[in-house]
Amino acid sequence: MKELKLMKGNEALAEAAIRAGCDAYFGYPITPQSEVLEYLSREADSRTGMTVLQAESEIASINMVYGAAGAGKKVFTSSSSPGMSLMMEGISYIACAELPCVLINVNRGGPGLGTIQPPQADYFQAVKGGGHGDYKLIVLAPSTVQEMADFIGLSFDLAFKYRTPIMILTDGALGQMMEKVELEPQQERSKVELEWATTGRKNGNGRVITSLHLKPDEMEELNLHLQKKYREIEANETRYEAINCDDADYIITAYGLVARICQKAADLAREKGIKVGVFRPITLFPYPYKELAELASKTKGILDVEMNAGQMVEDVRLAVDGKVPVEFHGRMGGIVPSPEEILHKLEEKLAGGAA
Amino acid sequence: MNEKRMLDDQHYETMLAEESLCTKENLVYETPAEALYDTPMHYCPGCGHGVVHRLLAEVIEEMEILHDVIGVAPVGCSVLAYNYLNIDMSEAAHGRASAVATGIKRVLPEKYVFSYQGDGDLAAIGTGETIHTCNRGENVLIIFINNGIYGMTGGQMAPTTLPGMKSTTSPFGRDVDTMGAPLKITDLVAELPGTYYVTRQSVHKPANVRKTKKAIMKGFEYQKLGKGTCFVEVVTNCPSNWKMTPLDSNTWMEENMLPFYPLGDIKVPQKGEN
Repeated sequence: MKELKLMKGNEALAEAAIRAGCDAYFGYPITPQSEVLEYLSREADSRTGMTVLQAESEIASINMVYGAAGAGKKVFTSSSSPGMSLMMEGISYIACAELPCVLINVNRGGPGLGTIQPPQADYFQAVKGGGHGDYKLIVLAPSTVQEMADFIGLSFDLAFKYRTPIMILTDGALGQMMEKVELEPQQERSKVELEWATTGRKNGNGRVITSLHLKPDEMEELNLHLQKKYREIEANETRYEAINCDDADYIITAYGLVARICQKAADLAREKGIKVGVFRPITLFPYPYKELAELASKTKGILDVEMNAGQMVEDVRLAVDGKVPVEFHGRMGGIVPSPEEILHKLEEKLAGGAA
Repeated sequence: MNEKRMLDDQHYETMLAEESLCTKENLVYETPAEALYDTPMHYCPGCGHGVVHRLLAEVIEEMEILHDVIGVAPVGCSVLAYNYLNIDMSEAAHGRASAVATGIKRVLPEKYVFSYQGDGDLAAIGTGETIHTCNRGENVLIIFINNGIYGMTGGQMAPTTLPGMKSTTSPFGRDVDTMGAPLKITDLVAELPGTYYVTRQSVHKPANVRKTKKAIMKGFEYQKLGKGTCFVEVVTNCPSNWKMTPLDSNTWMEENMLPFYPLGDIKVPQKGEN
């Protein structure tokens, strides 16, 4: 039976992970996501026997994830921007070795040590690579505490379906804020041994988990295989939400928390007689280019709003392909834009004060 | 192929043809057939890695843990250890083998898990992971190959390079004032409460080979009992990067490496403890 609770985003995702039958978590404290490790340390072992280990660093955490994922277990880690930067090498190895795992980045403002306030400045790092080499993460962007919880189960499903790391890209505000959340019932931890997992040699030769392919033709072959997988993901896993876009003269594009503020801005606009819709990509990779392009072509212009200097706007422009004007409004340093501010920018840059 | 080598090969083939020699009574050594692939290794002539690989394979077969052991390979000369050891293996990022081993062991506590790491991997870039793995007393075996130099990248100074020892990045010899002193990480981890058995061995003489094998076996046995981290350092040579013949490198190792890194047990179980 589902259960309704009032929870912080960080706690909701931790609770969802326990209920999804997760086997292990390895992590390191960093604001604003430390509640994940704290919650799991309190709750997980006694309820499901799940392994929870506080590592000595994010580097150790991600390599513990690599080890446990290689054993075919459901494993995840979480961190915030600077910590996620430290994990990038390991993530590249995990992507290349094709191991399933879930990574959660509760963004804080950068660059550098930055601030603990919420930005969206890690879009490029999450969506366009981050670590070295040609790889992609499936990136999910929740906009509610409910989605923080729901995306955990979804992420594990996708991770094992494609044998690839998944990132949930969220921010300090969603991590810290409390909302009601409907939780899935407890799933049992899987006892199935996966045929590729290194759990001790079976009949055949020893199985190997590696990202080393010294021969150029083999390395190219592996890259082609990864790219084929990413194309399959693009074909099957694109997710988005289009709110009041069908009759819209203008569309605001935004993801995560900002998309919710933009909905309020769109409501205010409609009260003034400006027909505005909101397009929210849920998967940032794969990006809903085609869907956005179709909707955008029927409008007079797009306003992209982000809490950064303009990162997703590059994908919006790729989708729109110059057919209608694309304007950008961004706030940085952890400042969250208000609905009124967004409406004002929309009028100033696109709607020309027309009511 | 030079003339002498051809003669040697001919001699070898004649020897093999003499079937009378190949009898069970004459058998002095048999390659571990299950845990070791029958394939040439990429290691340089005279290198200790091949011997330690073989010892690992022997121990795995003798303990009958072939289906219950998972190894972690490092970045360094032994990055391709899984091409020789026919067991389940994971290849770790540089220095992170003990963290990877931790991840495996924590989700498969009934299995035997070991990491196999060189000095650059374990005692430079991976120092943090090494110390914390040992400090947590993870039930894993860490095999540490110390030849005082970076082999795979071509002879650069390692954390264990001896004072005054020349390398491509200490071409005038390791100057302790500017480059720091060699790190005796094995002595360091022996101080941590999480380690149960810490020893330093070598494989340059038959008697030492036997001792190293025994140490590896103890490491797995203690792991089965859940005693904590076992740490086996093997001081080895690197003929290619030391720019010596295999024989000279062993002599140099005895005269220079072993006084600095003396062989023997550093931490053993207390009486009544095992």
